Amino acid sequence: MSLTRSDVENIAHLARLAISEAQLPVYVDSLSKILSFVEQLNAADTGAVEPMAHPLAEQVQRLRPDEVLDVDQHEKFQRNAARVAAGLYLVPKVIE
Amino acid sequence: MTWETVIGLEIHAQLATGSKIFSSAPTAYGAAPNTQANLVDLGYPGVLPVLNREAVRMAVKFGLAVGATVARRSVFARKNYFYPDLPKGYQISQYEMPIVAQGRLEIVLDDGTRKMVGITRAHLEEDAGKSLHEDFHGQSGIDLNRAGTPLLEIVSEPDMRSAKEAVAYLKKVHTLVRYLEICDGNMQEGSFRCDANVSVRQVGAEKLGTRCEIKNLNSFRFIEKAINYEVARQIDVIESGGKIRQETRLYDPDKGETRALRSKEEANDYRYFPDPDLLPVALDEAFIEAVRATLPELPDEKAARYMEKFGLSLYDAGVLTASREMGDYYEAVVSGVPGHEKLAANWVMGELSGALNKDGIEVTQSRIDAPRLAGLLTRIADATISGKIAKEVFEQMWAAGQDADAIIETKGLRQITDTSAIEKTIDEVMAANPRQLADYRSGKDKLFGFFVGQVMKVTGGKANPAQVNELLKRKLSG
Amino acid sequence: MTDLHRLTLAELNEGLRARRFSSVELARHFLARIERFNPALNAFITVTGEQALAAAQKADQLLAAGEALPLAGLPIVHKDLFCTDGVLTTCGSKMLSNFVAPYDAAVVERLAQAGVVTLGKTNMDEFAMGSSNENSWYGPVRNPWDPQKVPGGSSGGSAAAVAARLTPAATGTDTGGSIRQPAALTGLTGFKPTYGRVSRYGMVAFASSLDQAGVLTQTVRDAAMLLAHMAGFDPRDSTSVDTPVPDYLGALEQPLAGLKVGLLKEFFDKGLDAASEKLVRDALRLYEKLGAKLIEVSLPNLPLSVPAYYVVAPAECSSNLSRFDGVRFGHRCENPTDLMDLYKRSRGEGFGDEVKRRIMTGTYVLSAGYYDAYYLRAQKVRRLITDDFARAFKQVDVLMGPTSPTAAFDIGAKVDDPVTMYLNDIYTIGANLAGLPAASVPCGLSDGLPIGLQVIGPHFAEAKLLNVAHWYQRETEWHKHVPQGYA
Repeated sequence: MSLTRSDVENIAHLARLAISEAQLPVYVDSLSKILSFVEQLNAADTGAVEPMAHPLAEQVQRLRPDEVLDVDQHEKFQRNAARVAAGLYLVPKVIE
Repeated sequence: MTWETVIGLEIHAQLATGSKIFSSAPTAYGAAPNTQANLVDLGYPGVLPVLNREAVRMAVKFGLAVGATVARRSVFARKNYFYPDLPKGYQISQYEMPIVAQGRLEIVLDDGTRKMVGITRAHLEEDAGKSLHEDFHGQSGIDLNRAGTPLLEIVSEPDMRSAKEAVAYLKKVHTLVRYLEICDGNMQEGSFRCDANVSVRQVGAEKLGTRCEIKNLNSFRFIEKAINYEVARQIDVIESGGKIRQETRLYDPDKGETRALRSKEEANDYRYFPDPDLLPVALDEAFIEAVRATLPELPDEKAARYMEKFGLSLYDAGVLTASREMGDYYEAVVSGVPGHEKLAANWVMGELSGALNKDGIEVTQSRIDAPRLAGLLTRIADATISGKIAKEVFEQMWAAGQDADAIIETKGLRQITDTSAIEKTIDEVMAANPRQLADYRSGKDKLFGFFVGQVMKVTGGKANPAQVNELLKRKLSG
Repeated sequence: MTDLHRLTLAELNEGLRARRFSSVELARHFLARIERFNPALNAFITVTGEQALAAAQKADQLLAAGEALPLAGLPIVHKDLFCTDGVLTTCGSKMLSNFVAPYDAAVVERLAQAGVVTLGKTNMDEFAMGSSNENSWYGPVRNPWDPQKVPGGSSGGSAAAVAARLTPAATGTDTGGSIRQPAALTGLTGFKPTYGRVSRYGMVAFASSLDQAGVLTQTVRDAAMLLAHMAGFDPRDSTSVDTPVPDYLGALEQPLAGLKVGLLKEFFDKGLDAASEKLVRDALRLYEKLGAKLIEVSLPNLPLSVPAYYVVAPAECSSNLSRFDGVRFGHRCENPTDLMDLYKRSRGEGFGDEVKRRIMTGTYVLSAGYYDAYYLRAQKVRRLITDDFARAFKQVDVLMGPTSPTAAFDIGAKVDDPVTMYLNDIYTIGANLAGLPAASVPCGLSDGLPIGLQVIGPHFAEAKLLNVAHWYQRETEWHKHVPQGYA
């Protein structure tokens, strides 16, 4: 599968990744190679097969009791954030 | 051209669990920013979601209450997009296999017509945090307390044909989730949010018109106005030769109009896929039956019972069953004054509701409890006081918290039912007003009211009105 | 004393309890070796010397009082993918180069509760994406057997650290072979348990349905010692399985007679180099001598495991890595002009090329119009492969074959073409797709470089696998070889 430059720009945008002008063709090339490689999957006869999202087929979701177990540790956590004010995480203004 | 409106509604009801849907942080409203967001809610590296059993029970409860199919197997999916109030960069939701599908709810319109509205699906998902835009010099502040609160997204079929139908449906769902005790329905706090999908088409057309989604609707009044505005806007556009652009619009309550949201979402490709951190939810009969056993009497069942047992009208039954608490109050009053269900209904819907509204309190906080109100109504029923006097007594009871009997005694409000006493008063009034008497007897029938008024004045309003009427009629005609 | 690093974890444990040496001595010994040898290997990102000595002191006190915990005082290192409370946790990435984790991963907690002493956090391919440890923001790791060669990846730092005896054992993670392949390339025992056997809580997610925590050790016995504590149900991980943990150590010496070993036809393909094939077949003959029966089996869909993996893993990682946006933790770009700029530049700057490649691949295969053709199809092939394995295990007890198609390759040799690099995982990926337990044990040297024998078992057959692999180490000495200069 050969991707175009515009394809890669769209993907990078969806994934919120800044790709420089210089790097763009490199990614176009490597992503095209990877997608061509995975196209081998088309050879498989998957007509009647159910997709498998989890490796252990019979596992089902455990339900947790509705209990509050946490104490407030926001000060500890917010030490990891670059910009915090009045307990809030700051980001460039969001326009709605 | 005659137009038909088509409306579908999406409701996001915050489920009233104590902890979040995928983490054990608390869900209480109003805490200081980010004090109720743990590592899982913050989307830290390495954390994992674990599903809250109560959220599942509440979703199943809703499904059973609307006669829907409860999926024996449902799957959580990731909805991927970037936004600051969405810490993981994806929302855990349900896509192809929701927990509830194909239910319905009957609504009753103001004119009494009934209509069935289909519910396409209801699914579980997590709520996002909040952005605050003021006070930060070109920056927005993110509070993730709300992130991870369980939501039940309820999607209706596009079955509604007017803003009034939409509001009736919303009110019905609002009442239902509160009856089921799965959501507190507090629209101001955002526990019950509504988006409306509105389109128009020619009457008789098979295809649906292009729809617009209206967001930011947090009161029933706004919803009605917003939909009406939007319908008019769409018709206007089409009739002037334009085409409706599918877009998301916000309702501006100050201006009373909807306007297009600035492309915040563009055409988002959410890249849904089954969440690998969560396994399929498998529900067995035992689980579902255990939930079914906790279903309360539903609003429709209660209203039907009131109509049958108490002889109430559809309208009255609907008003009295708008909340479980109101129904409970009403029934408690009825048990205190049996045989007078209609009287009780009138008073609960009338004076009591008026007083509650005026003071801005709920029926559970009423200053007159059900037995006391029943006590007052008993005195009307046994003719101790008239309805008009009862209203005075009610006000006094509300203000001072006393029993009806105590107030009646203290203020000497007993109705005068002694025929000779009333006759005596009538005689006095007739004697005191010879000219009006002569006028009445010569044909001025309207003066009857004057005499009633005079009798009431003299007796301080306490004379039994029915008796006054009867006796006056006899005596005035001579 | 100077040969403390020649002892296995089991021997160290025995020595500590016999008071032949103390935990503090051990810690000091290994910390000195790290200081001396790590600059040439670049196996470590963080060395937690002070904490290690403090923990060692505590361990010695308990040992003296006879109240020792099961793994008291034993030194260990953690792959830097595991969150460690109060300690830098970088995942080999610039994105987390400033990230001090506020909590311990389940694996870290459990081993600490068993008494281990953590010496540091090891280098790795960024966010576990790689097969050579050349994708680390902290620079490549060198193979102690030959510094021009890669140690394998993504647990390259853990592998190099144990191979050079800078630590007796290490934790690792395996999503497509990231424990087994570096173990094979550095002459170690590497063990990946069944999916769900060990909690993923606190293990930074790469591909959630494939990731598993495991160990790189000198011997199978050492692996059993650690796994006994790492394995077990954790309510914080929905994919954690609630089944009892058998006695792994107790099962090691079970007799092998009657063992049916499956030889995977698809593993002995033209991709396998001759030297590796010879050593692996020698190992298989040894098992025959020990009483095992060799049966050829075929997993016809197995050749599709690499393409299936390179759809599923990127898809999951593209979503798992969306949380890295500079807002709550991690790298944040300078002076973002708006929100879009904040996201794009923080992520563009924070992630390396291979990570960006995989995020973009994953974004593509999940996107509208391509989901069915790529992601859904890959998950269907996954089921075909899993069913193939299940069928095989009806005929045999374990499967055996090579771990890697070649011995360690040159640093820089395969970085130009991602697909060439991906094919290093050709023999290991199948076990991840099917969630099966698998191990690699050293089975010889080719031109002075280690070669690994892979053993794969059915779900929750860890005890069996450990037992089968242990027998090989009873009969051979490959696991005792230490690279020159590190002995």
